[in-house]
Amino acid sequence: MEVKNIEAPLSDEEVLSLKAGDNVLISGVIYTARDAAHKKLIELMEKGEPLPIDLQGQIIYYVGPTPAKPEQVIGSAGPTTSGRMDAYTPQMLKHGMKACIGKGKRSQAVKDALQEYKGVYLAAVGGAGALLSKRINKCEVVAYSELGAEAIHRLEVEDFPVTVVNDAHGGDVYIEGAKAYAR
Amino acid sequence: MRELAASIVSEHVAEMCQEANLYLGDDVLQALQNSYEREESPTGKEVLRQLIENVEIAKNEQIPICQDTGFAVFFVELGQEVHLTGGTLKEAINAGVKKGYTEGYLRKSIVDDPLYDRKNTGDNTPAVIYTDIVPGDKVKIYFAPKGGGSENMSTVKMLKPADGEEGLIDFVVEHVKAAGPNPCPPIVVGVGIGGTFDRVAVGAKKALFRPLGQPHPDQRYAELEQKILNKINDLGVGPQGFGGRTFALAVHIETYPSHIASMAAAVNINCHASRHRERVI
Repeated sequence: MEVKNIEAPLSDEEVLSLKAGDNVLISGVIYTARDAAHKKLIELMEKGEPLPIDLQGQIIYYVGPTPAKPEQVIGSAGPTTSGRMDAYTPQMLKHGMKACIGKGKRSQAVKDALQEYKGVYLAAVGGAGALLSKRINKCEVVAYSELGAEAIHRLEVEDFPVTVVNDAHGGDVYIEGAKAYAR
Repeated sequence: MRELAASIVSEHVAEMCQEANLYLGDDVLQALQNSYEREESPTGKEVLRQLIENVEIAKNEQIPICQDTGFAVFFVELGQEVHLTGGTLKEAINAGVKKGYTEGYLRKSIVDDPLYDRKNTGDNTPAVIYTDIVPGDKVKIYFAPKGGGSENMSTVKMLKPADGEEGLIDFVVEHVKAAGPNPCPPIVVGVGIGGTFDRVAVGAKKALFRPLGQPHPDQRYAELEQKILNKINDLGVGPQGFGGRTFALAVHIETYPSHIASMAAAVNINCHASRHRERVI
């Protein structure tokens, strides 16, 4: 199986080179955000106020890990369902986000925004939280610490495995993959 | 009358909470391995490989299989000759859940009020508990931590008796197809048939507690399980919805007698981390 390696944060060229169905290993810095953090970021955007993190080129990971034991970097850390972030994603892309990692289907509005702003939607394997936690070398809270597991964390990842679901050209592996194997 | 201290029940429950979230049952692991052998899609195969490796890492390094360590769901068969001392069954189970989830570094995913406050209870209580009073002096506890992503992809429909087998198959397959990648396939599909609106959903939930690879005892339903499983896998949705042969690992049906006017049906989906444990005290 062919695998592409990418370094986060991402450039437009890197985003455009990714196609639905590609298997990708990410290394570099990514940020976490779930429902509550998205809500806060969007509120700041609407007021025109500065964000606690610079979204330019960033990859956002939808995750709410289990509590880390004292000797661990992070607890079990697999993706959560992305659809809950659909309402916020076009705005995030407009403000510079280049990719998000989650699992499950996205709305048409998100797919359209990925094409408009040159972004990509990636899926990590849902339920592989133990394996994925081993690809995270560093984890620190950078904003909204009051949200606990839902705070924005800065993660340093190495060879973090994802599959491209929706690319910037309209490709969708959830549609194309099922079509290829249906009988 | 056998006396049993509630604290003993709590200790068992606490251990079950941790075990279920760290060690995937051999039945599910075997089903994942069988699927890995059969899978035709390279990406699908890689997903299954990651899931099998994930189970190993979880066990060896004591990291929960999935970060969603679930709503704690229990089916309890309480022997009518057991007298619980020092607390009620409900208190004993909730105390065990609190201890297991806190000491086991499991995620607390329960909020107190579903609509307005949504404040985390902080210890993953309360559990969902179904109790049956049965003959004997034993307590049998079945436990499953139920993830939210797959639970959200579940449904109940009041079918007509005239819908028959075909109507039931269509209902299940169409529903699972619409869920697609969201419930973290490969999935386990619990199907309830019969009973009232509420009872049929409990049947679908109970179906998820049956060990994988164990067919329904009634030959007709065992064949129906296989038939639905084949139809689901023929959709091509595959592991994680990326395309492939393995959309579901199993279909389990639980039935209950039905009103003459009804044929209630329910689908409760579980992800591949189909965690369940049972103990007899």
